[in-house]
Amino acid sequence: MKLVTAIIKPFKLDDVKSALETYGIHGLTVSEVQGFGRQKGHTEVYRGAEYQVDFVPKIRIEVVVDDGDADGVLGVIVKAASTGQIGDGKVWVTPVDEIVRVRTGERGADAL
Amino acid sequence: MHVDSGDTAWVLVSAALVLFMTPGLALFYGGMIRSKNVLAMFIANFATIAIVSILWAVVAYSLAFGPDAGGHGLIGTFRFAGLGHAHQEVPGYSLTVPPLAFAAFQMMFAVITAALLTGTVAERTKFGAFLVFAALWTIVVYAPIAHWIFSPTGWLAHKGVLDYAGGNVVEIDSGASALAIAMVVGRRRGWPREVIAPHSLPITVVGAGILWFGWFGFNAGSALTAGEGASQALIGTQLAACAGLLGWCAVEKWRTGHATTLGAASGAVAGLVAITPCAGFVNSMAAIVIGLAGGVIAVYAVSMKFKGGYDDALDVVGVHGAAGFVGTLLLGVFASRNVIPGIRYDGLVDGGGLHLLGVQALAVVVTIGWAFSMTWLVATAVQRTIGLRADDAHEIEGLDTALHAEAAYDFGNVRAARMGGPGG
Repeated sequence: MKLVTAIIKPFKLDDVKSALETYGIHGLTVSEVQGFGRQKGHTEVYRGAEYQVDFVPKIRIEVVVDDGDADGVLGVIVKAASTGQIGDGKVWVTPVDEIVRVRTGERGADAL
Repeated sequence: MHVDSGDTAWVLVSAALVLFMTPGLALFYGGMIRSKNVLAMFIANFATIAIVSILWAVVAYSLAFGPDAGGHGLIGTFRFAGLGHAHQEVPGYSLTVPPLAFAAFQMMFAVITAALLTGTVAERTKFGAFLVFAALWTIVVYAPIAHWIFSPTGWLAHKGVLDYAGGNVVEIDSGASALAIAMVVGRRRGWPREVIAPHSLPITVVGAGILWFGWFGFNAGSALTAGEGASQALIGTQLAACAGLLGWCAVEKWRTGHATTLGAASGAVAGLVAITPCAGFVNSMAAIVIGLAGGVIAVYAVSMKFKGGYDDALDVVGVHGAAGFVGTLLLGVFASRNVIPGIRYDGLVDGGGLHLLGVQALAVVVTIGWAFSMTWLVATAVQRTIGLRADDAHEIEGLDTALHAEAAYDFGNVRAARMGGPGG
């Protein structure tokens, strides 16, 4: 099994979720995160004092999939999250040793 | 003494309006600081209401408005201490409201003037020590200045100094005091190198709105009657706030490219501060000029702290001090006996010459000198004895949890909390 992790622009979440559902993914986890890449941060001004804010709000999506689906899911996310602008984010795939469904105790691919 | 029920009703309502300004101030300030210190700001303001109100009734009212001690106009006696002899005329006034209504109205002024100082020492000051400071400060700084200027028996009032609702007594006083206590308490850790940005500007804007609303009681209530004077003061107050808001936003749009929400709120307050000494003494068009001047000067004045190296956290010096200064001097330009026949001198515009401007400048110098030096002494005394500055560890953790065992916000549901026994 593989863990697909994606960092995307917040407003792209709906598009990515719909695309993954269409592909046949049954579940995913989303969190609000902050960070920076080539996009860098932005400037805020309070009573004339300028502050450089380094971190940009992003969404992290995590999906665990069967080995054979990893490439497909990765492609679906990249396509749905892309705007062509700087700051579109990244997607990476990591191996997963074991997975258990808490309710039933099923393991491996059965637990997905 | 003739008591007018309409005047009395207006002054009592105004007392309530002015009281409401201090919770408004807590919101105004609370939004501008980091989320870990919000409750410390709120409790400092609420407890300042409590301690200054009681102190006012016990002794400070008598020092400010009681019969003058020795006839020099320097300080009142203890005759009204404990609000005793409350049926007697307030010396120098011919009120149409019961003296107790006047004492209550003035109580709220003493409260908010002390509360303004929470803004300069924000995020790094011990709660109890600040209250001790606020109590001493009310006696040593506020009561004498109120006696000199607000009481007609005071020495500056004798010289013809005008202050409709506290441009000197409240605004310049708090501004000069803020500079002194900021220097004694010292900078927040990391200031000005690190980003110490507002955590919730919507709270700040709501607070500014409450201040604006309460300011009608502050200025129009200072007419002490419910008639033409109060009406002129109220319309002048509104126009100056609007001009201050537009002035601040215009300047910052020109300087930084953005009109900001914090700028709009700050500009309105700066306009309100500037019109405070002038409210019922100037005509409506002069009020627009004064409010605009307050807003424009304050935009520049808030940057002084970076050059001066003092951490006036929420710009009490830059907004209240600077705009109060502008308003108090512009009164020497725009005061008009066509607006209020009772005053001795016209300002420059109405052909009164430089006399009024001269005494206004004297009042500014005296207020700054007394407020700065005495505040420095009182703050230093508190710092050297019980300590005014919070511990480093408490400052880093945040004063809310470190000093008050509370957190302002709990938006998440991940919280490993369990019930402890009594006391722990």
